[in-house]
Amino acid sequence: MAVPQPVLEPMVPVTAKVLGVRRETPDTWTLSLEPDRPGLPAFRPGQFNMVYAFGIGEVPISISGDPARPERLVHTVRAVGAVTRALAGSRPGQVVGLRGPFGTAWPVEEARGRDLVVAAGGIGLAPLRPVLYHVLSNRADYDRVVLLYGARSRAELLYRRDLERWRGRFDLDVLVTVDRPDARWRGNVGVVTALFQQAAFRPEATVALVCGPEVMIRFTLLELEKRGVPDHRTYVSLERNMKCGVGTCGHCQLGPVFVCHDGPVFRTDRIRDWLGKREP
Amino acid sequence: MTKVPPEVLGEHPFLQNLSPEHLRTLAAWSRELEFGRGELLFREGGPATGLYLVRSGRVSVELHTPDRGPAPVQTVGPGEAVGWSWLIPPHRLRFDGRALEPTRVILIDGEPLRAACESDPELGFHLLRRLVGMLAGRLEAARLQILDMFRRR
Repeated sequence: MAVPQPVLEPMVPVTAKVLGVRRETPDTWTLSLEPDRPGLPAFRPGQFNMVYAFGIGEVPISISGDPARPERLVHTVRAVGAVTRALAGSRPGQVVGLRGPFGTAWPVEEARGRDLVVAAGGIGLAPLRPVLYHVLSNRADYDRVVLLYGARSRAELLYRRDLERWRGRFDLDVLVTVDRPDARWRGNVGVVTALFQQAAFRPEATVALVCGPEVMIRFTLLELEKRGVPDHRTYVSLERNMKCGVGTCGHCQLGPVFVCHDGPVFRTDRIRDWLGKREP
Repeated sequence: MTKVPPEVLGEHPFLQNLSPEHLRTLAAWSRELEFGRGELLFREGGPATGLYLVRSGRVSVELHTPDRGPAPVQTVGPGEAVGWSWLIPPHRLRFDGRALEPTRVILIDGEPLRAACESDPELGFHLLRRLVGMLAGRLEAARLQILDMFRRR
Protein backbone atom coordinates (compact mmCIF):
# COMPACT_ATOMS: atom_id res chain seq x y z
CA MET A 1 0.00 0.00 0.00
CA ALA A 2 1.29 3.41 -0.94
CA VAL A 3 2.23 5.57 2.02
CA PRO A 4 0.65 9.03 2.13
CA GLN A 5 3.14 11.68 1.11
CA PRO A 6 3.66 14.86 3.11
CA VAL A 7 1.64 17.84 2.01
CA LEU A 8 2.40 21.51 2.41
CA GLU A 9 0.58 23.02 5.39
CA PRO A 10 -2.17 20.39 5.38
CA MET A 11 -4.83 22.55 6.99
CA VAL A 12 -4.16 25.72 4.99
CA PRO A 13 -5.72 25.91 1.54
CA VAL A 14 -3.88 27.31 -1.43
CA THR A 15 -5.87 29.22 -3.97
CA ALA A 16 -6.45 27.84 -7.45
CA LYS A 17 -7.96 29.42 -10.52
CA VAL A 18 -10.74 27.67 -12.41
CA LEU A 19 -9.47 27.21 -15.96
CA GLY A 20 -12.44 25.36 -17.35
CA VAL A 21 -15.71 23.68 -16.44
CA ARG A 22 -17.08 20.86 -18.54
CA ARG A 23 -20.48 19.29 -18.12
CA GLU A 24 -20.14 15.50 -18.11
CA THR A 25 -23.68 14.36 -17.28
CA PRO A 26 -26.90 16.12 -16.24
CA ASP A 27 -25.58 16.52 -12.67
CA THR A 28 -21.81 16.15 -12.97
CA TRP A 29 -19.14 18.65 -14.00
CA THR A 30 -15.38 18.44 -14.44
CA LEU A 31 -13.28 21.39 -13.24
CA SER A 32 -9.74 22.11 -14.39
CA LEU A 33 -7.84 24.05 -11.76
CA GLU A 34 -4.49 25.80 -11.81
CA PRO A 35 -2.99 26.33 -8.35
CA ASP A 36 -1.65 29.85 -7.82
CA ARG A 37 1.31 28.50 -5.92
CA PRO A 38 3.87 26.56 -7.94
CA GLY A 39 5.66 23.51 -6.60
CA LEU A 40 2.72 21.77 -4.97
CA PRO A 41 3.29 18.06 -4.35
CA ALA A 42 2.47 15.87 -7.32
CA PHE A 43 -0.53 13.62 -6.86
CA ARG A 44 -0.71 9.88 -7.35
CA PRO A 45 -3.69 8.10 -8.93
CA GLY A 46 -6.40 7.59 -6.33
CA GLN A 47 -5.59 10.56 -4.12
CA PHE A 48 -7.99 13.40 -3.41
CA ASN A 49 -7.98 17.08 -2.62
CA MET A 50 -10.17 19.02 -0.23
CA VAL A 51 -11.76 21.60 -2.51
CA TYR A 52 -13.05 24.76 -0.89
CA ALA A 53 -15.87 26.91 -2.28
CA PHE A 54 -15.12 30.09 -0.36
CA GLY A 55 -17.87 31.13 1.99
CA ILE A 56 -19.77 27.86 1.54
CA GLY A 57 -17.61 24.95 2.55
CA GLU A 58 -15.12 22.25 1.68
CA VAL A 59 -15.54 18.78 0.19
CA PRO A 60 -13.20 15.90 -0.64
CA ILE A 61 -12.98 15.33 -4.39
CA SER A 62 -10.78 12.72 -6.02
CA ILE A 63 -8.27 13.90 -8.58
CA SER A 64 -9.32 12.65 -11.99
CA GLY A 65 -6.70 14.13 -14.31
CA ASP A 66 -3.42 12.93 -15.74
CA PRO A 67 -0.75 12.41 -13.06
CA ALA A 68 1.87 13.29 -15.67
CA ARG A 69 0.35 16.81 -15.81
CA PRO A 70 0.23 17.82 -12.15
CA GLU A 71 0.22 21.52 -12.96
CA ARG A 72 -3.42 21.20 -13.97
CA LEU A 73 -5.63 19.59 -11.33
CA VAL A 74 -8.80 18.02 -12.62
CA HIS A 75 -11.76 17.25 -10.37
CA THR A 76 -15.09 15.73 -11.33
CA VAL A 77 -17.91 16.91 -9.10
CA ARG A 78 -21.43 15.60 -8.77
CA ALA A 79 -23.72 18.40 -7.67
CA VAL A 80 -25.53 16.93 -4.69
CA GLY A 81 -25.11 19.53 -1.93
CA ALA A 82 -24.41 23.21 -1.33
CA VAL A 83 -20.64 22.99 -1.83
CA THR A 84 -20.68 20.68 -4.84
CA ARG A 85 -23.43 22.76 -6.46
CA ALA A 86 -21.32 25.89 -5.97
CA LEU A 87 -18.25 24.18 -7.44
CA ALA A 88 -20.24 22.80 -10.36
CA GLY A 89 -21.59 26.28 -11.04
CA SER A 90 -18.19 27.99 -10.97
CA ARG A 91 -16.91 29.86 -14.01
CA PRO A 92 -13.44 30.15 -15.58
CA GLY A 93 -11.40 32.72 -13.67
CA GLN A 94 -13.11 32.06 -10.35
CA VAL A 95 -10.93 31.07 -7.43
CA VAL A 96 -11.36 28.05 -5.15
CA GLY A 97 -9.28 26.70 -2.29
CA LEU A 98 -7.33 23.45 -2.35
CA ARG A 99 -5.75 21.28 0.32
CA GLY A 100 -3.94 18.09 -0.52
CA PRO A 101 -3.22 15.79 -2.15
CA PHE A 102 -4.37 13.40 0.56
CA GLY A 103 -4.78 9.70 1.02
CA THR A 104 -3.44 6.48 -0.35
CA ALA A 105 -2.98 5.68 -4.03
CA TRP A 106 -3.90 2.84 -6.38
CA PRO A 107 -1.05 0.29 -6.56
CA VAL A 108 0.03 1.02 -10.11
CA GLU A 109 3.58 -0.14 -9.35
CA GLU A 110 2.49 -3.46 -7.84
CA ALA A 111 0.33 -4.09 -10.90
CA ARG A 112 3.31 -3.87 -13.27
CA GLY A 113 3.83 -7.08 -15.21
CA ARG A 114 0.35 -8.31 -14.35
CA ASP A 115 -3.11 -8.12 -15.87
CA LEU A 116 -5.02 -5.11 -14.63
CA VAL A 117 -8.80 -5.08 -14.23
CA VAL A 118 -10.34 -1.68 -13.57
CA ALA A 119 -14.01 -1.88 -12.54
CA ALA A 120 -15.92 1.35 -12.12
CA GLY A 121 -19.52 2.28 -11.48
CA GLY A 122 -21.01 5.72 -12.12
CA ILE A 123 -18.85 8.55 -10.83
CA GLY A 124 -16.46 5.88 -9.51
CA LEU A 125 -14.63 6.19 -12.81
CA ALA A 126 -13.28 9.59 -11.70
CA PRO A 127 -10.64 8.34 -9.21
CA LEU A 128 -9.72 5.55 -11.62
CA ARG A 129 -9.13 7.73 -14.68
CA PRO A 130 -5.61 8.74 -13.51
CA VAL A 131 -4.78 5.01 -13.38
CA LEU A 132 -5.81 4.61 -17.00
CA TYR A 133 -3.80 7.68 -18.03
CA HIS A 134 -0.78 6.30 -16.20
CA VAL A 135 -1.15 2.78 -17.59
CA LEU A 136 -1.61 3.98 -21.15
CA SER A 137 1.49 6.19 -20.84
CA ASN A 138 3.41 3.15 -19.59
CA ARG A 139 1.55 0.49 -21.54
CA ALA A 140 4.51 -1.88 -21.93
CA ASP A 141 4.69 -2.26 -18.14
CA TYR A 142 1.36 -4.08 -17.96
CA ASP A 143 -0.07 -7.19 -19.52
CA ARG A 144 -3.78 -7.29 -20.33
CA VAL A 145 -5.70 -4.21 -19.27
CA VAL A 146 -9.47 -4.35 -18.98
CA LEU A 147 -11.84 -1.51 -18.11
CA LEU A 148 -15.34 -2.52 -17.01
CA TYR A 149 -17.59 0.49 -16.62
CA GLY A 150 -21.25 0.65 -15.71
CA ALA A 151 -23.54 3.63 -15.40
CA ARG A 152 -27.24 4.18 -14.93
CA SER A 153 -27.86 5.34 -18.49
CA ARG A 154 -26.10 6.56 -21.62
CA ALA A 155 -26.53 10.17 -20.48
CA GLU A 156 -24.79 9.38 -17.20
CA LEU A 157 -21.59 7.94 -18.67
CA LEU A 158 -18.58 10.00 -17.62
CA TYR A 159 -15.70 10.96 -19.93
CA ARG A 160 -17.39 9.93 -23.18
CA ARG A 161 -14.51 11.24 -25.29
CA ASP A 162 -11.96 9.23 -23.29
CA LEU A 163 -14.12 6.10 -23.46
CA GLU A 164 -14.46 6.43 -27.23
CA ARG A 165 -10.72 6.97 -27.63
CA TRP A 166 -9.86 4.06 -25.35
CA ARG A 167 -12.27 1.76 -27.16
CA GLY A 168 -10.39 2.47 -30.37
CA ARG A 169 -7.15 1.09 -28.95
CA PHE A 170 -6.03 -2.47 -29.58
CA ASP A 171 -4.18 -2.75 -26.27
CA LEU A 172 -7.08 -2.01 -23.95
CA ASP A 173 -10.39 -3.89 -23.55
CA VAL A 174 -13.17 -1.47 -22.73
CA LEU A 175 -16.55 -2.92 -21.80
CA VAL A 176 -19.33 -0.49 -20.99
CA THR A 177 -22.84 -1.23 -19.80
CA VAL A 178 -25.87 0.73 -18.68
CA ASP A 179 -28.70 -0.30 -16.38
CA ARG A 180 -31.36 1.69 -18.21
CA PRO A 181 -30.92 1.91 -21.97
CA ASP A 182 -32.66 4.44 -24.16
CA ALA A 183 -33.64 3.87 -27.77
CA ARG A 184 -30.24 5.12 -29.02
CA TRP A 185 -28.13 2.81 -26.89
CA ARG A 186 -26.57 -0.07 -28.84
CA GLY A 187 -24.18 -1.30 -26.18
CA ASN A 188 -24.43 -3.74 -23.28
CA VAL A 189 -27.40 -3.64 -20.94
CA GLY A 190 -27.12 -4.82 -17.36
CA VAL A 191 -25.05 -4.22 -14.28
CA VAL A 192 -21.28 -3.90 -14.33
CA THR A 193 -20.75 -7.29 -12.64
CA ALA A 194 -22.33 -8.99 -15.67
CA LEU A 195 -19.44 -7.67 -17.82
CA PHE A 196 -17.04 -10.08 -16.14
CA GLN A 197 -18.48 -12.82 -18.36
CA GLN A 198 -16.99 -11.04 -21.37
CA ALA A 199 -13.72 -9.93 -19.81
CA ALA A 200 -10.51 -11.79 -20.68
CA PHE A 201 -7.89 -11.78 -17.91
CA ARG A 202 -5.84 -14.28 -15.92
CA PRO A 203 -7.21 -14.35 -12.38
CA GLU A 204 -3.97 -15.71 -10.95
CA ALA A 205 -2.00 -12.83 -12.46
CA THR A 206 -4.46 -10.00 -11.98
CA VAL A 207 -4.59 -6.86 -9.90
CA ALA A 208 -8.13 -5.46 -9.72
CA LEU A 209 -9.12 -1.90 -8.82
CA VAL A 210 -12.74 -1.19 -7.95
CA CYS A 211 -14.63 2.03 -7.31
CA GLY A 212 -18.32 2.88 -7.36
CA PRO A 213 -21.38 2.74 -5.14
CA GLU A 214 -20.67 0.51 -2.15
CA VAL A 215 -23.21 -2.11 -3.25
CA MET A 216 -21.48 -2.30 -6.62
CA ILE A 217 -18.12 -2.68 -4.86
CA ARG A 218 -19.39 -5.57 -2.72
CA PHE A 219 -20.85 -7.46 -5.68
CA THR A 220 -17.80 -6.80 -7.84
CA LEU A 221 -15.57 -8.24 -5.11
CA LEU A 222 -17.77 -11.36 -5.06
CA GLU A 223 -17.37 -11.65 -8.82
CA LEU A 224 -13.58 -11.30 -8.54
CA GLU A 225 -13.54 -13.93 -5.79
CA LYS A 226 -15.65 -16.24 -7.95
CA ARG A 227 -13.11 -15.87 -10.74
CA GLY A 228 -10.19 -16.60 -8.42
CA VAL A 229 -8.59 -13.17 -7.94
CA PRO A 230 -7.32 -13.20 -4.34
CA ASP A 231 -8.37 -10.47 -1.89
CA HIS A 232 -4.80 -9.30 -1.45
CA ARG A 233 -4.67 -8.30 -5.10
CA THR A 234 -7.95 -6.44 -5.20
CA TYR A 235 -8.22 -2.81 -4.12
CA VAL A 236 -11.22 -0.60 -3.48
CA SER A 237 -11.66 3.12 -3.05
CA LEU A 238 -14.16 4.06 -0.37
CA GLU A 239 -16.12 7.20 0.19
CA ARG A 240 -16.94 8.44 3.68
CA ASN A 241 -17.74 11.71 5.34
CA MET A 242 -14.24 13.19 5.13
CA LYS A 243 -13.69 16.57 6.79
CA CYS A 244 -10.11 17.24 7.81
CA GLY A 245 -8.34 15.06 5.24
CA VAL A 246 -5.48 14.24 7.60
CA GLY A 247 -6.93 11.64 9.99
CA THR A 248 -7.52 14.00 12.88
CA CYS A 249 -11.21 14.78 13.16
CA GLY A 250 -12.52 11.20 13.03
CA HIS A 251 -15.54 11.90 10.81
CA CYS A 252 -14.51 9.27 8.28
CA GLN A 253 -13.69 6.49 10.71
CA LEU A 254 -14.46 3.01 9.43
CA GLY A 255 -13.71 0.48 12.13
CA PRO A 256 -10.02 0.81 12.93
CA VAL A 257 -9.16 3.13 10.03
CA PHE A 258 -9.70 6.70 8.93
CA VAL A 259 -10.71 6.67 5.29
CA CYS A 260 -9.06 10.05 4.56
CA HIS A 261 -5.68 9.03 5.93
CA ASP A 262 -5.50 5.22 5.74
CA GLY A 263 -7.52 5.24 2.51
CA PRO A 264 -9.41 6.04 0.39
CA VAL A 265 -7.70 3.18 -1.47
CA PHE A 266 -7.61 -0.01 0.57
CA ARG A 267 -6.43 -3.51 -0.13
CA THR A 268 -9.58 -5.60 0.22
CA ASP A 269 -8.26 -8.12 2.72
CA ARG A 270 -7.44 -5.27 5.13
CA ILE A 271 -10.99 -3.94 5.28
CA ARG A 272 -13.04 -6.98 4.27
CA ASP A 273 -14.67 -7.22 7.70
CA TRP A 274 -15.74 -3.59 7.58
CA LEU A 275 -17.27 -3.51 4.13
CA GLY A 276 -21.03 -3.39 4.40
CA LYS A 277 -20.84 -2.95 8.17
CA ARG A 278 -24.13 -1.56 9.39
CA GLU A 279 -24.64 1.20 11.90
CA PRO A 280 -25.98 -0.22 15.18
CA MET B 1 -26.73 -24.93 -40.11
CA THR B 2 -23.73 -26.99 -39.03
CA LYS B 3 -23.43 -29.91 -36.66
CA VAL B 4 -21.13 -29.28 -33.73
CA PRO B 5 -18.37 -31.77 -32.78
CA PRO B 6 -18.29 -32.74 -29.06
CA GLU B 7 -14.85 -31.17 -28.57
CA VAL B 8 -16.13 -27.80 -29.82
CA LEU B 9 -19.08 -28.06 -27.43
CA GLY B 10 -16.65 -28.77 -24.60
CA GLU B 11 -14.75 -25.55 -25.30
CA HIS B 12 -17.76 -23.42 -24.47
CA PRO B 13 -17.48 -22.16 -20.86
CA PHE B 14 -21.04 -23.25 -20.08
CA LEU B 15 -20.19 -26.89 -20.82
CA GLN B 16 -16.57 -26.96 -19.70
CA ASN B 17 -15.59 -30.08 -17.71
CA LEU B 18 -18.61 -32.04 -18.85
CA SER B 19 -17.61 -35.66 -19.51
CA PRO B 20 -16.79 -36.70 -23.11
CA GLU B 21 -19.72 -39.09 -23.01
CA HIS B 22 -22.15 -36.34 -22.07
CA LEU B 23 -20.67 -34.01 -24.68
CA ARG B 24 -21.20 -36.71 -27.32
CA THR B 25 -24.82 -37.01 -26.20
CA LEU B 26 -25.37 -33.26 -26.48
CA ALA B 27 -23.53 -33.02 -29.80
CA ALA B 28 -26.18 -35.22 -31.43
CA TRP B 29 -28.74 -32.43 -30.96
CA SER B 30 -26.47 -29.42 -31.42
CA ARG B 31 -26.07 -27.18 -34.42
CA GLU B 32 -24.30 -23.96 -35.11
CA LEU B 33 -26.35 -21.01 -36.27
CA GLU B 34 -25.42 -17.54 -37.43
CA PHE B 35 -27.48 -14.39 -37.10
CA GLY B 36 -27.00 -11.00 -38.71
CA ARG B 37 -27.22 -7.73 -36.83
CA GLY B 38 -30.81 -7.09 -35.74
CA GLU B 39 -32.03 -10.62 -36.47
CA LEU B 40 -34.12 -12.41 -33.88
CA LEU B 41 -32.72 -15.64 -32.47
CA PHE B 42 -35.98 -16.29 -30.68
CA ARG B 43 -39.23 -14.48 -30.10
CA GLU B 44 -41.44 -14.04 -27.04
CA GLY B 45 -44.40 -16.42 -27.09
CA GLY B 46 -42.80 -18.85 -29.50
CA PRO B 47 -41.89 -22.44 -28.63
CA ALA B 48 -38.68 -22.73 -26.59
CA THR B 49 -36.52 -24.55 -29.09
CA GLY B 50 -33.53 -25.07 -26.86
CA LEU B 51 -30.45 -23.79 -25.10
CA TYR B 52 -28.33 -21.18 -26.90
CA LEU B 53 -24.60 -20.99 -26.25
CA VAL B 54 -23.10 -17.75 -27.57
CA ARG B 55 -19.77 -18.28 -29.34
CA SER B 56 -19.27 -14.78 -30.74
CA GLY B 57 -21.22 -11.58 -31.02
CA ARG B 58 -23.81 -10.33 -28.55
CA VAL B 59 -27.46 -11.07 -27.92
CA SER B 60 -29.88 -8.55 -26.46
CA VAL B 61 -32.58 -10.11 -24.29
CA GLU B 62 -35.55 -7.80 -24.62
CA LEU B 63 -39.29 -7.37 -24.28
CA HIS B 64 -41.32 -5.70 -26.96
CA THR B 65 -43.58 -3.00 -25.59
CA PRO B 66 -46.30 -1.22 -27.58
CA ASP B 67 -45.17 2.26 -26.53
CA ARG B 68 -41.37 1.89 -26.46
CA GLY B 69 -40.72 -0.88 -28.94
CA PRO B 70 -37.96 -3.28 -27.93
CA ALA B 71 -36.93 -2.75 -24.30
CA PRO B 72 -33.55 -4.44 -23.68
CA VAL B 73 -33.11 -5.88 -20.20
CA GLN B 74 -29.76 -7.61 -20.52
CA THR B 75 -26.96 -8.34 -22.96
CA VAL B 76 -25.43 -11.79 -23.29
CA GLY B 77 -21.98 -12.17 -24.80
CA PRO B 78 -19.46 -14.80 -25.89
CA GLY B 79 -19.09 -17.65 -23.43
CA GLU B 80 -22.55 -17.15 -21.99
CA ALA B 81 -25.74 -19.14 -22.40
CA VAL B 82 -29.28 -17.94 -22.90
CA GLY B 83 -32.64 -19.67 -22.81
CA TRP B 84 -34.06 -21.90 -20.11
CA SER B 85 -37.72 -22.06 -21.12
CA TRP B 86 -37.02 -25.36 -22.92
CA LEU B 87 -36.78 -26.92 -19.46
CA ILE B 88 -39.83 -25.37 -17.84
CA PRO B 89 -43.43 -26.03 -18.93
CA PRO B 90 -45.13 -24.79 -21.02
CA HIS B 91 -41.83 -24.47 -22.92
CA ARG B 92 -42.76 -21.09 -24.34
CA LEU B 93 -40.34 -18.17 -24.67
CA ARG B 94 -40.70 -15.22 -22.30
CA PHE B 95 -38.42 -12.76 -24.08
CA ASP B 96 -37.05 -11.85 -27.49
CA GLY B 97 -33.40 -12.54 -28.23
CA ARG B 98 -31.89 -10.20 -30.84
CA ALA B 99 -28.39 -10.23 -32.32
CA LEU B 100 -26.77 -6.84 -31.69
CA GLU B 101 -24.00 -7.69 -34.14
CA PRO B 102 -23.13 -10.71 -36.32
CA THR B 103 -23.52 -13.53 -33.82
CA ARG B 104 -22.66 -17.23 -33.82
CA VAL B 105 -24.40 -19.54 -31.41
CA ILE B 106 -24.71 -23.24 -30.72
CA LEU B 107 -28.33 -24.32 -30.32
CA ILE B 108 -28.95 -27.55 -28.40
CA ASP B 109 -32.47 -28.79 -29.16
CA GLY B 110 -34.66 -28.57 -26.08
CA GLU B 111 -36.91 -31.59 -26.47
CA PRO B 112 -34.25 -34.33 -26.68
CA LEU B 113 -32.22 -32.43 -24.10
CA ARG B 114 -35.14 -32.59 -21.68
CA ALA B 115 -35.61 -36.29 -22.37
CA ALA B 116 -31.89 -36.91 -21.81
CA CYS B 117 -32.00 -35.06 -18.48
CA GLU B 118 -34.90 -37.33 -17.42
CA SER B 119 -33.25 -40.57 -18.48
CA ASP B 120 -29.70 -39.69 -17.36
CA PRO B 121 -29.91 -37.99 -13.94
CA GLU B 122 -26.15 -37.40 -13.88
CA LEU B 123 -26.31 -35.36 -17.09
CA GLY B 124 -29.45 -33.68 -15.76
CA PHE B 125 -27.66 -32.72 -12.55
CA HIS B 126 -24.63 -31.29 -14.34
CA LEU B 127 -26.79 -29.24 -16.69
CA LEU B 128 -29.09 -28.05 -13.93
CA ARG B 129 -26.14 -26.99 -11.79
CA ARG B 130 -24.89 -24.84 -14.67
CA LEU B 131 -28.37 -23.48 -15.38
CA VAL B 132 -28.92 -22.60 -11.72
CA GLY B 133 -25.59 -20.77 -11.69
CA MET B 134 -26.65 -18.83 -14.76
CA LEU B 135 -30.09 -18.10 -13.29
CA ALA B 136 -28.56 -16.96 -10.00
CA GLY B 137 -26.31 -14.55 -11.90
CA ARG B 138 -29.23 -13.17 -13.91
CA LEU B 139 -31.37 -12.83 -10.78
CA GLU B 140 -28.58 -11.00 -8.96
CA ALA B 141 -28.09 -8.67 -11.92
CA ALA B 142 -31.83 -8.00 -12.14
CA ARG B 143 -31.99 -7.23 -8.42
CA LEU B 144 -29.10 -4.78 -8.71
CA GLN B 145 -30.82 -3.13 -11.67
CA ILE B 146 -34.05 -2.79 -9.66
CA LEU B 147 -32.07 -1.35 -6.77
CA ASP B 148 -30.96 1.44 -9.12
CA MET B 149 -27.72 1.91 -7.20
CA PHE B 150 -26.57 4.90 -9.25
CA ARG B 151 -29.69 6.90 -8.53
CA ARG B 152 -29.07 10.17 -6.72
CA ARG B 153 -30.40 9.93 -3.15
